[in-house]
Amino acid sequence: MFEAILLTVITASTPLVLAALGELVTERSGVLNLGVEGMMIIGAACAFVAAQLTGSPYIGILAGIFGGGVFSLLFGFLTLTLVANQVATGLALTILGLGLSGQIGEAFVGQPGIKLQPIVFPFLSDIPFFGRVLFRQDLIFYVSIALVVGINWFLFRSRTGLKLRAIGDSHASAHALGINVIRTRYLAVMFGGACAGLAGAQLSLVYTPQWVENMSAGRGWIALALVVFASWRPWRILAGGYLFGAVGIGQLHAQIVAQNLGIVIPSQFLSALPYAATIVVLIIISHNRRTTLINTPAALGKPFVPDR
Amino acid sequence: MRIELQKRARVSTLFSVLSPLLALALTLAFGAIMFWLLGKNPVSALYSFFVEPLLEVWSLHELAIKAAPLILIAVGLSVCYRSNNWNIGAEGQFTIGAITGSILPVMYPAWHSPIILPLMLILGMLGGALYAGIPALLKTRFNTNEILTSLMLVYIAQLYLDWLVRGPWRDPQGNNFPITKTFQIEAVVPEILSSSGRAHWAFIFAIVAAVALWFMMRFMLKGFEVSVLGQSERAGRFAGFSARRMVWFSMLLSGALAGLAGISEVSGSIGHVQPVISPGYGFTAIIVAFLGRLNPLGIIASGLVLALTYLGGEAAQLSIGISDKVSRVFQGLLLFFVLSCDTLIHYRVRLIFAGTKTAEVRG
Amino acid sequence: MKKLIIALAASAALMGGFSTGAEAQEKKKVCFIYVGSKTDGGWTQAHDLGRQQLDKALGAKVETPFLENVPEGPDAERAIERMARSGCSLVFTTSFGFMDATVKVAAKFPDIKFEHATGFKAGPNLATYNSRFYEGRYIQGQIAAKMSKKGVAGYIASFPIPEVVMGINAFELGAKSINPNFKLKVVWANTWFDPGKEADAAKALIDQGVDILTQHTDTTAPMQVAAERGILAFGQASDMIAAGPKTQLTAIVDTWGAYYIKRTKALLDGTWKSEQIWDGLKDGILTMAPYTNMPDDVKAMAEETEAKIKSGELHPFTGPINKQDGTAWLAAGEKAQDGVLLGMNFYIEGVDDKLPK
Repeated sequence: MFEAILLTVITASTPLVLAALGELVTERSGVLNLGVEGMMIIGAACAFVAAQLTGSPYIGILAGIFGGGVFSLLFGFLTLTLVANQVATGLALTILGLGLSGQIGEAFVGQPGIKLQPIVFPFLSDIPFFGRVLFRQDLIFYVSIALVVGINWFLFRSRTGLKLRAIGDSHASAHALGINVIRTRYLAVMFGGACAGLAGAQLSLVYTPQWVENMSAGRGWIALALVVFASWRPWRILAGGYLFGAVGIGQLHAQIVAQNLGIVIPSQFLSALPYAATIVVLIIISHNRRTTLINTPAALGKPFVPDR
Repeated sequence: MRIELQKRARVSTLFSVLSPLLALALTLAFGAIMFWLLGKNPVSALYSFFVEPLLEVWSLHELAIKAAPLILIAVGLSVCYRSNNWNIGAEGQFTIGAITGSILPVMYPAWHSPIILPLMLILGMLGGALYAGIPALLKTRFNTNEILTSLMLVYIAQLYLDWLVRGPWRDPQGNNFPITKTFQIEAVVPEILSSSGRAHWAFIFAIVAAVALWFMMRFMLKGFEVSVLGQSERAGRFAGFSARRMVWFSMLLSGALAGLAGISEVSGSIGHVQPVISPGYGFTAIIVAFLGRLNPLGIIASGLVLALTYLGGEAAQLSIGISDKVSRVFQGLLLFFVLSCDTLIHYRVRLIFAGTKTAEVRG
Repeated sequence: MKKLIIALAASAALMGGFSTGAEAQEKKKVCFIYVGSKTDGGWTQAHDLGRQQLDKALGAKVETPFLENVPEGPDAERAIERMARSGCSLVFTTSFGFMDATVKVAAKFPDIKFEHATGFKAGPNLATYNSRFYEGRYIQGQIAAKMSKKGVAGYIASFPIPEVVMGINAFELGAKSINPNFKLKVVWANTWFDPGKEADAAKALIDQGVDILTQHTDTTAPMQVAAERGILAFGQASDMIAAGPKTQLTAIVDTWGAYYIKRTKALLDGTWKSEQIWDGLKDGILTMAPYTNMPDDVKAMAEETEAKIKSGELHPFTGPINKQDGTAWLAAGEKAQDGVLLGMNFYIEGVDDKLPK
């Protein structure tokens, strides 16, 4: 049973991890995009529609990534080129995304989707427990793990990553050093959009292979919380995403276990647990003012206009 | 082609006036194209959106009802955002305000006294303020990001309301459905002009709050303190202002106003407590605040415009069959155009084409 | 500019005026208010299918405008009033949460007829209507008891309202009529509509050892999970066979169309009157999807039960029935009263879950 529950947790956590990783890169460049929910739902709609039309979930994945990435450009244009307020633009992006995705997917509601199948590795997949958990997953899961490793390397070991962080900490100094702030931020925003789109594709191709309106159901907001929760570090996003997924799945099992034991717990209380847990962990993490300050991109959310 | 911005020396008064009109014109143009592409008559579509709801008196009342909570919440948020405190959990403060304000009519349905309504409004404000005090406490004490804590508290508040009305607050005569008793008449926010429609005093509260906060921001030291601390915490410290106290002030104020909106809505518009009391007013109000450029008087206007798009969306659905998804896309467009046109107020925008041709939007 | 706007407005008003004026003479408007999206795959979609059937059957005499995604609060009252003012003769408000709003608007417009789904407040021009979903759940329980190897089923519940409690009890009663030791595990998803959460609830139940699933939430996600895990399941609100061709045993299909046509005919004949209607299988307001993925004897049993319920020979809530704590509720042969069922807030013996007080 533990194995089965673990598999459920992996499915529930992967979209959170993916979207949070993308937002992490965006925020490391100093841009706060609150439109994750909107980009995610656009990704889910594009992925589902493309997969239905072509019959290939892999084309669906590409469409999800593409949809989220292109949609995030709208945010980029407003906040980077026109220096509009990032908080308001992000919220507007979410409103627009929810409406637009409904339009995109309207003709596809109720169709049974194509599920992205797990990749089977010869021999490895047959190892008891580990084989089932680690070597019989779908592509998106492996991408999410690879992204954790890759982004960690990129941010802290590569030259470009260093530049990205420099922009996030002080765009004025980075600009003075000759780094193209706006272009880098555009790329970071698009990367965030693509990751959110991939997270959406996971929802409509793996988690629940179908399209219904609002199917992201607030997961984009959780992803945003995860970034702070992880104090802008990729490995902690992995840990935080899985912790959140585990609490969400755990409360469902707790309901059944409580029934077996004859205990009454209001289900609303259990449903509120993941949110309460997030707050508690946020407090613990941010309690140490110095480490938070070190990790928080100092220019986060601040507009930048290159002077000439 | 690329776009280049140049900071203006002074805020452009011309574009302050022109930018919303330009945004509206662009929205209308894009909206017309969108409706035309969907095979609808653009003129009648735009007519349903922006004119039809304004032609009848009852509909104007409905506009006031819809705009009241948006304005009330948004003016509070504007003070938060001006001082750089990002409360995005007004929906939760609205919910808790509705709950604490409803304690009296739900627990003492037989209490008939003129004092009950003022007490309810005060309790609602207290509840909202206290709930906003949680992220304020966490921010000042533990340095926790208020965007996230206030947002998480929204979900918790909604689940708490759900538990209340399905459990302890359920009307014993209500066939075990999740609603409380209907409030006694003394506990209902009265209508302003009951002969012509059902708009109630919440709209007056909203206007009063907006004007009062406008006065504060414009003429009082506190308003100056808000702007200075919002622009630079360091500068604020030199002026002897405390950022920590500002967190408390702005969060409690916006929480109290959201709470007032919550109890007014439940008491004036619904008449009992139920699991769903808000179609996301707390989130829409964030947009309203920015559309009104964080200026309380501007927020009155933007609250009315946004309320109009909701009513218009319904009218368009009924009279020409435009789906509500299209209405949401349309709202999104309006927001994007307003946000981008506002750039013109602070910046000169230059379009630079390849080569030497330069076109400039002057002003 | 100003002149142009006025001119445009005037022309639009004229167009609007002509079209409604011309149609009002021929067609009556029968209007619908939905709480969700008309393509939600569940509750609202079932009502919209009903509206489309009505359109097909009586399209020459009525038109059927609708408003979707109307939130349950002051927006509902405005939306209903707008319908009333736009010339609707009959308005169906299709969610419980619209109850008080419908009552208020109905009082304001005595000449217009209103019908509110699943509520309990009626008036001279306000009827209520509901469907005896529990009849279908009883049949499902019987099938579950025959098909389950472990004798345990899982129930994905939305919110603890009488309708859902009644459904859980009816399922358990049906199952116990076949296997007295049958157990039912309940998970509250606290949502009507969130495919992810519903799928998680389904997985949790399966991991906790149930081998048959039934759902009281709206999306096909639980059916998909059951199909993937190779167990059997029941559909909800619409026929979900496409999501689980080898999984779905049957489904309770909401077929409101039959009811909407009946009431609209009554309106056109002038025989409409305010009633509190609770129709069942025999009236066609709900139907069972084809019995599939089961042996012939189980299918025969299900069909027989369905026939008995339709003929009135069998009422699922017939004593002896004990409450969860073992105290007697119905004596042998006694049938539950509709009022008790509609306000049901207790479990019968055999359900493991505890209702919060």
